[in-house]
Amino acid sequence: MPQYPNRQFLDFEKPIKELYEQIDQAKKLAEKNPKIDYNSNIEQLEALILAKRKEITDNLTPWQRVQLSRHPDRPYTLKYIDKMTTDFVELYGDRNVKDDKAMVGGFASLDGETIMFIGQQKGTNTKQRQLRNFGMANPEGYRKALRLMRLAEKFNKPIVTLIDTPGAFPGMEAEERGQSEAIARNIYEMFRLKVPVICIIIGEGASGGALGIGVGDRVFMLENSWYTVISPENCSSILWRSWDYKETAAEQLKLTSDYMSEFGLVDGVISEPVGGAHWDYDLAAATLKDTIKKSLAELKKVSAEKRISQRIAKFEKMGNFEEVKA
Amino acid sequence: MSEEELKSENSYIPEDDKKSEGESKQRWFQRLRKNIQTTTSEKKEVPEGLWSKCPECNYICTSSELEENLFVCPKCGYHHRIGSEDYFKILFDNKEFKEHFAGIKSVDFLGFTDLKSYQKRLDDIYSKTDLKDSMRVASGQLNGAPIIIACMDFAFIGGSLGSVMGEKFSRAVDYAINQKIPFMVISKSGGARMMESAFSLMQMAKTSAKLSQLSDAQLPYVSLLTDPTFGGVSASFAMLGDINIAEPGALIGFAGPRIIKETIRKDLPKGFQRSEFLLDHGFLDFIADRISLKDKLSIMLRHFKV
Repeated sequence: MPQYPNRQFLDFEKPIKELYEQIDQAKKLAEKNPKIDYNSNIEQLEALILAKRKEITDNLTPWQRVQLSRHPDRPYTLKYIDKMTTDFVELYGDRNVKDDKAMVGGFASLDGETIMFIGQQKGTNTKQRQLRNFGMANPEGYRKALRLMRLAEKFNKPIVTLIDTPGAFPGMEAEERGQSEAIARNIYEMFRLKVPVICIIIGEGASGGALGIGVGDRVFMLENSWYTVISPENCSSILWRSWDYKETAAEQLKLTSDYMSEFGLVDGVISEPVGGAHWDYDLAAATLKDTIKKSLAELKKVSAEKRISQRIAKFEKMGNFEEVKA
Repeated sequence: MSEEELKSENSYIPEDDKKSEGESKQRWFQRLRKNIQTTTSEKKEVPEGLWSKCPECNYICTSSELEENLFVCPKCGYHHRIGSEDYFKILFDNKEFKEHFAGIKSVDFLGFTDLKSYQKRLDDIYSKTDLKDSMRVASGQLNGAPIIIACMDFAFIGGSLGSVMGEKFSRAVDYAINQKIPFMVISKSGGARMMESAFSLMQMAKTSAKLSQLSDAQLPYVSLLTDPTFGGVSASFAMLGDINIAEPGALIGFAGPRIIKETIRKDLPKGFQRSEFLLDHGFLDFIADRISLKDKLSIMLRHFKV
C-alpha cells in the first residue's frame, strides 16, 4: 500500500493531502527544534485525517464513488488474493488461443480451504496497465475463466470471482474470436456449476464484461464499487450525445452499492475501510475474507441441485414491469 | 374558371401583395398558415408508400411485390428490416398464430431521465405504434409442427433488452417446457435498455438461466440473428442457440462498429461483423435467407425430434 508522499489523491481527497503536508512540516520543524514537542500536534493532525476520510466518504456523489472505484491506489484482484490466502498457484491460458492478462485465476488456500479465485486484473503503473489492458478482457479471458471454473467443479472446489472491469474489450480481434459468444457462454455455464459460486464486485462492474464472471449463489459489492449495464461515460455519450454528462448519467443509473442492494440485484454490501479500500489493504481484505467464509459455510449446507435451482430462481425474479389485460 | 373567380377563392392575400399585384408576378400558391400543423399523435410513423427502393442496389419495386417476396429485394437479395408481425406471418402456417403475454408492459421504475424521461419515451412510442414493447411472443404451427417464437421489434427503442423482454422470454421458455415444444428467438436489437440500468443487465442472466432449464428439458432452442443484433442480446441468449442462424448480410457483434473504430483507431475491413464474417469465424451454424428459412427450420427441427 503506497504511503505518503507516494499516495495519490483524487480531487475531492485534496483536503487530506493538505493535512499530510502539515504533518510533514511539523515533522521537519520537530527535527529543527528538538526541544519543542510536536507529537501532540502530529497526533491531532492524524486524527483530523481520519475524520476527513470519514467526512468525505459520507457525502460522496454517485460520480465520486465511480471515481473512488477507479482510485489509482485501490487494491486489485491479485492484491486481495495475496492478502486473503496462502499457497496461491496462478493458472494461465484458455487452452485455445492465448493467455489473457486482463483475467487472472488460480487455486489458493483460504484458511486451509482450497478455492478457485478468478477475476479481472488492472495494472498499477502505465506499463502494467497496458499489459493488463486496463482490466478489459478479450474472449480468451472469459474462456480461460470458464476453463478454470470447470476445473474447480471437477475437483469440487468453490469458486470466488472478483469483478473489476470497465467492460469487455471492444476490439476487432475480440469480435473475430466471438466476444459475445464467450460472455454468453460463461453466463449460461455459471448457472450450471455444481460447486458454490460467490461473486464480488471490488471496483468497476461494467456491463456484460462484469456479468461474464458474475453469476453466483451470492453476489456482493464492495461499498465503493459500482455495477450497471454501461459505464457512465458511455451512457452519457449515447443518451446525451455528449461526453459531458457522466455525472448526471452516474446519478440516473443508480449504480452504487446502496442502490443495488436496495433493488435486490446484489445480496449485500461489504464495507470498506474509512475513506475507501485504498486506505487499508489489510482491513479491506479481512472484511472480504470474512464475507466469503461466512457465505461459503451457508452455501455448503445446501445440496448442489438446490443451489443451482436457487441460483436460477434468484435471477429469474429480477425485473420491473406491470401486467395489464391484453 | 376566370381569373377573378380564382382571386376571390383565395380569400387571404397579404396587404403587401395586394399593393404590388399589378407589377409583380402573379402568385399561384399562397401558404395560409405557417409551419407544420399536424400534431405528433396524428402523424404516421412510416407512410405506406406504393413504391419501395432497395437501400443496397436502388432497385425500385412496388411495396406489394416486396411483401410477396418476404421483404427481400427481388434484384439483389437485400433483406429489409421487418418487425414481429411480418416474421410471424412468414413462419406460422396460414399466417395463424396466438400471441402470448402481450399485457406485460415496461415501467419507469428508476425515474430515469436523459434528454427526455424514460416514461415519455415509452408514451411517445405507444402513441406512434401499436407495439407494447420490444418483444412479442406467439405460438402456432410451423409446417405442421408446434413451436413458440419470440421476436423483437427494432421500432420499439431499438429492440432493447429490458425487464419486459426478459419476462416474456422467461415465460415463453416455461410455455415451451410445459407444452414440450421447440423455442425460437428472432433477435433484432441494439442491446440492453440503458434506461433500466442494472435491471436490464440482469435480463442477460435471467434469460440465460431459463435457457439452462430449457436445455435440461431437452427441448430445441433456435436463435435467428437478424440485422442488427448487438450488445446485451448477442452477449446472452442470441449466441446460445442449439443452432445459431443468421439472415444474410446482418450486422452482428458485441460492440458497435463505431466504438471499435474509436478504440483501435483503424478502419474496419469490408464485411466486418456481417453474418458471413461470423459464419467464417465459426459462430453460426448456417446462414438462411428469408425465402428458404421456414423450410430449413422445419427440416432442422425434425432432426431434433426424439
